[in-house]
Amino acid sequence: MMMSDKRINIFVGHFGSGKTEISINYALDLQRQGLKTMIVDLDIVNPFFRTVEVRDYLEQNEIKVIAPNFAGTALDVPSIPASVYSAFDDTNFNVVLDIGGDEVGAKILGNLRDHIKDGTYNMMYVINARRPLSADISAVGNLLHSIEQTSRLKVTGIINNTNLSSETTIYDIMYGQALAEDLSRQTDIPVVKICGLPDVLEQLPDEYKYKAMPIKIFLHVPWEQ
Amino acid sequence: MAQKVLIKGNEAIGEAAIMAGCRHFFGYPITPQNEVAEYISKRMPEAGGCFLQAESELAAINMVYGAAGAGARVMTSSSSPGISLMQEGISYIAASELPCLIVNVMRGGPGLGGIQPSQADYFQATKGGGHGDYRLVVLAPSTIQEMIDLIVEGFDIADQYRNPVMILADGMLGQMMEPVVLEPKKRIERQLPAKDWATTGCDGSRPRNVINSLFMIPEQLEQRNLILIDKYKRIEQNEVQYQSIDIEGSDVVLVAYGTMARIARTVAKKAKELGISVGILRPITLWPFPYDAVAAIGDMPNVKAVFSIEMSAGQMVEDIKLGINGKKPVYFYGRTGGMIPSPNEILDYICDVLEVR
Repeated sequence: MMMSDKRINIFVGHFGSGKTEISINYALDLQRQGLKTMIVDLDIVNPFFRTVEVRDYLEQNEIKVIAPNFAGTALDVPSIPASVYSAFDDTNFNVVLDIGGDEVGAKILGNLRDHIKDGTYNMMYVINARRPLSADISAVGNLLHSIEQTSRLKVTGIINNTNLSSETTIYDIMYGQALAEDLSRQTDIPVVKICGLPDVLEQLPDEYKYKAMPIKIFLHVPWEQ
Repeated sequence: MAQKVLIKGNEAIGEAAIMAGCRHFFGYPITPQNEVAEYISKRMPEAGGCFLQAESELAAINMVYGAAGAGARVMTSSSSPGISLMQEGISYIAASELPCLIVNVMRGGPGLGGIQPSQADYFQATKGGGHGDYRLVVLAPSTIQEMIDLIVEGFDIADQYRNPVMILADGMLGQMMEPVVLEPKKRIERQLPAKDWATTGCDGSRPRNVINSLFMIPEQLEQRNLILIDKYKRIEQNEVQYQSIDIEGSDVVLVAYGTMARIARTVAKKAKELGISVGILRPITLWPFPYDAVAAIGDMPNVKAVFSIEMSAGQMVEDIKLGINGKKPVYFYGRTGGMIPSPNEILDYICDVLEVR
């Protein structure tokens, strides 16, 4: 399910659009392909349901995890550890950057912009058309624009991650696909992946199947663990 | 039925408030409830209402006091330490008989504590919190859909009884996402009295309305309190809500609210595989507490034990003991500080008590 040959893979998007689960799945996929992989939890917005909660599993799979010092602890100060810079300096690693939601979350990228060379990154914009405040073309278009402004980076691909959690049907995914394609026409940015649980993605029409990225869910509510 | 959306608990609180006709929000940021204010700050201007970030929780609750006195549908939202700061204002609002909605998305305490989920503010919410003899109606949702229902109903209850209503949620319910329909599933029709007491500006055509909680003459203050006490009795008689699940014929009953009620469902499923039948009593109103429903468990011959499971050091368990009144053994299992008891550790504890396995 490779999306790019670029070393740095950045996932941005609306608050709650599913960036973290996609980042984790993507990092595991890179690792499976034998690439030295690092995942950086740069979410300065969300206190719960973070990449760092599956740190042990990722490290067992030989993925290097870098997270803010506070992540998963009781301190809600969004400070960034110096080790983040290793993601840009150590070019042996393929890097996945999990960014917090909205343009607020993307601010961290603005700070790191000088360390990210043009042509070395892909920035994927994740949309879930079943989330409130992000279900129409003007909302997803405006946010894409403000994330690009805040991060001073360019979105290179759109990911349709439209879902209603465990209640997702193929109709939800295709509804989101229409929105993703509208956005693609408006911005000239390709829709690169369609994410979802494997059993739902199986029902994708044939012409979309090559874009399918099946997702395994890693962050669970405590009564489902 | 309307299209479902995937929504965070905190966002749903905001949307439900707007749905309920709330047009005034005053608050101050604190994790893990920040998305409530964040969401409302975007939606309230669209709805033609007022969102204001106050300079502190003290300011916020006193703005609520003022807006409620002027007859507005008004709310605030915070998390545990912030709610502590609001207690003086809440006591004044209750004393002045003003309707408003207060949301507490609880986090671990005491003190500044942590930002992970907790239920350690049960005493504060149900037994006072601020000074004086007053009560809040305390509603405890356990799903995001139910959160929407209870916020809409909470505003109505507040108006009906001229009393502050608290939504007692926790960090997990605030931060998790679930698919919901953005409309109340059931809306109980209530006869809401006109707000003829509100300070809406007096042109001389009626006597002036005064919002006040100061009564220097003890006879007058007692008269005032008797009115409140009578109102609280009516609320206790009319507003108790709970859900009971498979209690008839069960070996043990778990009593749990909010996130812990979700955990209890998983415990019941796992217990069944071990041949233990677990019933669940889920209080929806924490005040008024469903004492009668708990007392009825005391009279069920099959029930060997009652368990209170909480994210606290043992708070609701005291009300359960009052309800059971010594007729059954009451046990407690809890974790604190932001730790959520896992279904397995609760099941182990039940097995230890029942001496099975």
